Amino acid sequence: MHTISMTVFDWAILLVYLGFVVWVGFYLKKFTKTDNDYFLAGRRNSALVAGVAFMSANMGALEVVGYAGQGAEYGLFALHFYLIGAIPAILFLGVFMMRFYYNGRIKSTPGYLKERYDEKTRVLNAISFAVMTVLSSGISLYALALVLKTFLGWNWDLSIWLSAGFVALYITLSGLLSAIFTEIIQFFLIWGGILLLPILGIIDLGGPTRAFTSLPQVYTHLWSITASAADNPMKLGWPALIFGLGFGISFGYWTTDFLIIQRAFSARDVRSARMAPIISSYFKILLGFVVVGSGMVGLALMRDPHSGFTLLHTGGKINYDSVIPLLMMRFFPPGLVGVGVTALIAMFMAGQAGNMSAFNTVWTYDIYQSVINKKASEKHLIWMGRVATVVGILLSIVGAYWARSMPTIIDYLQAIASWILAPAVAVILLGMFVKWISPDGAFWGMLIGTLVSFAMFMALELRWITPGAIAPGGEASAMAANFWRALWAWLISSGIAVGVSFFTEKRPEAELVGLVRGLTRDDEVEQVPLLKKPIFWASITTVIFIILNIVFW
Amino acid sequence: MIDGATQMKPIWYFVGWVLIVIGVLVLAAGLYYLIFPIDLDIALRGLHMNIWWGAVLVLGGALLTFFNRKPVKV
Repeated sequence: MHTISMTVFDWAILLVYLGFVVWVGFYLKKFTKTDNDYFLAGRRNSALVAGVAFMSANMGALEVVGYAGQGAEYGLFALHFYLIGAIPAILFLGVFMMRFYYNGRIKSTPGYLKERYDEKTRVLNAISFAVMTVLSSGISLYALALVLKTFLGWNWDLSIWLSAGFVALYITLSGLLSAIFTEIIQFFLIWGGILLLPILGIIDLGGPTRAFTSLPQVYTHLWSITASAADNPMKLGWPALIFGLGFGISFGYWTTDFLIIQRAFSARDVRSARMAPIISSYFKILLGFVVVGSGMVGLALMRDPHSGFTLLHTGGKINYDSVIPLLMMRFFPPGLVGVGVTALIAMFMAGQAGNMSAFNTVWTYDIYQSVINKKASEKHLIWMGRVATVVGILLSIVGAYWARSMPTIIDYLQAIASWILAPAVAVILLGMFVKWISPDGAFWGMLIGTLVSFAMFMALELRWITPGAIAPGGEASAMAANFWRALWAWLISSGIAVGVSFFTEKRPEAELVGLVRGLTRDDEVEQVPLLKKPIFWASITTVIFIILNIVFW
Repeated sequence: MIDGATQMKPIWYFVGWVLIVIGVLVLAAGLYYLIFPIDLDIALRGLHMNIWWGAVLVLGGALLTFFNRKPVKV
């Protein structure tokens, strides 16, 4: 395969972007005076800034390149990851959960667990989250180097060290403030780089109607092919989609993953924090059509014998994740190649910066200050945040080399996330909506839920059980098993948290004001005009969500 | 760019400038290769998308910069 060739214009575009992110780090340092500035961007962002950053943190390359690959493999069916797999959870976060998260005393999701339950629940969640973010950052770094080597012919080691160095520089200098600043730039670059792909693809295929109808029905519908798992290419029935993806996976990620939620925490008030995920829901839907649409263009072109378009083959299998770089090679002239390559690099850096800014916050507040140095000064905490960033980046580089020697680790990333996030969402949701759930109930629920999820994963890996054993109705695909495993982890964690709470000491209600529904007033939001109410904008997203599911039924 | 350490231009102002600079480079690439054509192995090359898209980026960037030129308190 020949590689993407870059002209002087393309290089100049990449250098402009890299120069800008470094400048941002230095420029914003003077605004980073307190730990609140460094870890929560001073909590002064508007709803729009927080909302765009919230979305941008989800636009890492593993997501964009990966879901475009799903679009190329499964067609429109992959849009479920952007609709049922995202929108209900995002809206639930904004409408119901954020008012409990956004609190002067709370600086992270483990921090919520401390306020609502106790220290041990917080530390358990913080340690598992820190491990997950470093691993995720390492894998993102590995994937970046792989893409740059495969499609641009760049040196593997140089790609890893340079991109990690840029992220380390601006996050170390200005923390979340520079992360959000660059994420917003990255947001625009990513749109500038990938929006053209489905548009040019559709023109190339002879227009939208011809492009869409050139694909068989299984690639152009969402629900009509889910009565039985065997009816669709992803081998998922509607129960797995609704309960497994829509609840087990989606709520764990969107309502618990601090990497995403930290962006909303940077908002200037509770209404803005609640609006942030709701604003991002509009971008999420639009992004779904661009990303999955790009994949579907690749699918249609592959099926057209006259197009000459083929995806890469790796180990004798089609590498669907190659669709975005290959579409760029097919359509982008000089100049646009620079925008496309810069967008790809920006996606990877956004993902890594998101992981690192979340990691340094959780490490500093929820592990270091909570367990190691309870009396640390504000200045010392900022120093510790900077040290944590550098150490986190170095650990990511180790993770990237580990992934290089053992690429299957990438397949485990989603599994690791579901071991940690599904039990966490169970105890956080119970904590927010049921006032009698006790600290011991939450701790044991989260711990046993994580262990059970891990045990189910290992039993499947070692073939002690088949996927059908944990998937009601005997759905046998690995993806269905993954969805159901997350749901089981959630249910088991919830059951144990409820059961243990019957026999253990509860927190006094007076300590839970502002943290639990029923003990918290909602005055701030009720007094604003309709157009400023989160519920109004969430309702519009809900209508759009329903219409899209019906139109593409 | 800033008036003291308590005021700064909104983020959208900087986004605008980045889009303008990148848009100018994309537009310049489009015009350069229109005047000095090279043999490109890409589909739809007759559309000269780099010219159109470069112009869109410049225009979008100019609007963002213009409407967000006033510093805000931080």
